[in-house]
Amino acid sequence: MTTHLHDTIVLFKRSLRHVLRSPDTIITTAVTPIAMLLLFVYVFGGAIDVGGANYVTYLLPGILLITVASGIAYTAFRLFTDVSGGIVERFQSMPISRPAVLWSHVLTSLVANLVSLVLVIAVALAIGFRSGAGVLAWLAVLGVMTLFTLALTWLALIPGLTARSVDGVSGFSYPLIFLPFISSAFVPTDGMPGPVRWFAEHQPVTPIVNTLRSLFTEQPVGRDGWLTVAWCVVLLAVAYVLATRIYARRLAQ
Amino acid sequence: MTTTPAIEIAGLTKSFGDTAVLHGVDLTVPAGSVVALLGSNGAGKTTTVRILSTLLRPDGGTATVNGHDVTTHPEEVRRSISLTGQFAAVDEILTGRENLVLIAELRRATDPTQVATALLTQFGLDEAGDRRVSTYSGGMRRRLDIAMSLIGDPAILFLDEPSTGLDPQARLEVWRTVRELAGRGTTVLLTTQYLEEAEHLADHIAILHEGRIIVEGTLAELKALLPSPTVEYVEKQPTLEEIFLAVIGHDATGTNATSTEGSPS
Repeated sequence: MTTHLHDTIVLFKRSLRHVLRSPDTIITTAVTPIAMLLLFVYVFGGAIDVGGANYVTYLLPGILLITVASGIAYTAFRLFTDVSGGIVERFQSMPISRPAVLWSHVLTSLVANLVSLVLVIAVALAIGFRSGAGVLAWLAVLGVMTLFTLALTWLALIPGLTARSVDGVSGFSYPLIFLPFISSAFVPTDGMPGPVRWFAEHQPVTPIVNTLRSLFTEQPVGRDGWLTVAWCVVLLAVAYVLATRIYARRLAQ
Repeated sequence: MTTTPAIEIAGLTKSFGDTAVLHGVDLTVPAGSVVALLGSNGAGKTTTVRILSTLLRPDGGTATVNGHDVTTHPEEVRRSISLTGQFAAVDEILTGRENLVLIAELRRATDPTQVATALLTQFGLDEAGDRRVSTYSGGMRRRLDIAMSLIGDPAILFLDEPSTGLDPQARLEVWRTVRELAGRGTTVLLTTQYLEEAEHLADHIAILHEGRIIVEGTLAELKALLPSPTVEYVEKQPTLEEIFLAVIGHDATGTNATSTEGSPS
């Protein structure tokens, strides 16, 4: 147990150093969602009717999910670089904890994404995001974002381990970035045509967005809260099992 | 010196899908020796090294490293070895010093900083130590790679094609390093496709061809396999390598890189 912890921390420090040496990865992660935030608030926002609510506040949850979806592309990229550059083989031929290689990337992904999220929230505050949410509600927001980031990070480790080229690594995150558009993130689902509306209301982004929105606006979370936790835990469990299996298979060819 | 061989391989087989790479490899590497696994591309050299360093599972046969079976006791094997793979497995974004500290921390060295400083000096990387590895030349990368492998004093060192892709100067540097290691009693198993490299570095040479060891022995033993040489008078021409090193002003005297073959005596 102590070996796992010690080795994970040593490798986490290494991976964190990578992020610090290319701070542009955190900035690019934050730039796309910030641009989307500004675009929707100042260009499309005037034409979108969200029932009189503050549109920045309405929009922010979806933007936060997009931030994580684009941020984990770098997690996949960092793991891919390690695997293709041979340093993972070096680690695996050493008497160290094998799961530590993956866990160090997971921890780094959590830290890097949280920093990007803080940047995005700061911009949102500057352009009119207001919330009366108390400490507990903010802790719940942090909890949801952490769980969501963990699930997507483990998902990102799969292309990181299996991709054959850099393009293949980053490609997987595009559908994830796109998913919030067919949800309640930008516009209410009521106005969508039948099948699209059905999809929007049954895909994971909608309950997560609704939960965050309720937390920001001091409304009861209700059923969406449980759905959020359920979706994230299931996704996390499936991605974790797949990623660790693929990792183990790479070792035992 | 112990009587247990450092590496003992018997009947080792490995296939990838339908392609059989190893057809039953037998090899014994005595402790403290430098053994070269010589073979052309695709002969199975890297596969053999990857099995010995627990990165691949063999299909059949047995392999023990430092007395531990690679399939049943991989942890003990990993404690006994260090692998320097075919491509320098160094962290490009970190500095040379940080790379060494990283490995020293993972190997639980008591003073990682001190270990790093000592190795930088030993491998002539003092000045470059605080620069990012992405700025290093191929030879510097290789030296750093080997330096990283020495941390924790492994009993056995695997060097997979240590000089592939290096320029002649860098290759001479690597050769010098390997000879120093051999002088310290580290067992070295190196793979190479260069006959010259095997001849210069190894006490024992095993020729791996199409997944089998076809010949094994000391250089003298291998030479004895062929009919005794006839004496011919041939004008000695410098090799292109000697010309190259001479015109760029590199001092190759620290090595025995000059060929004496065919010189009139």
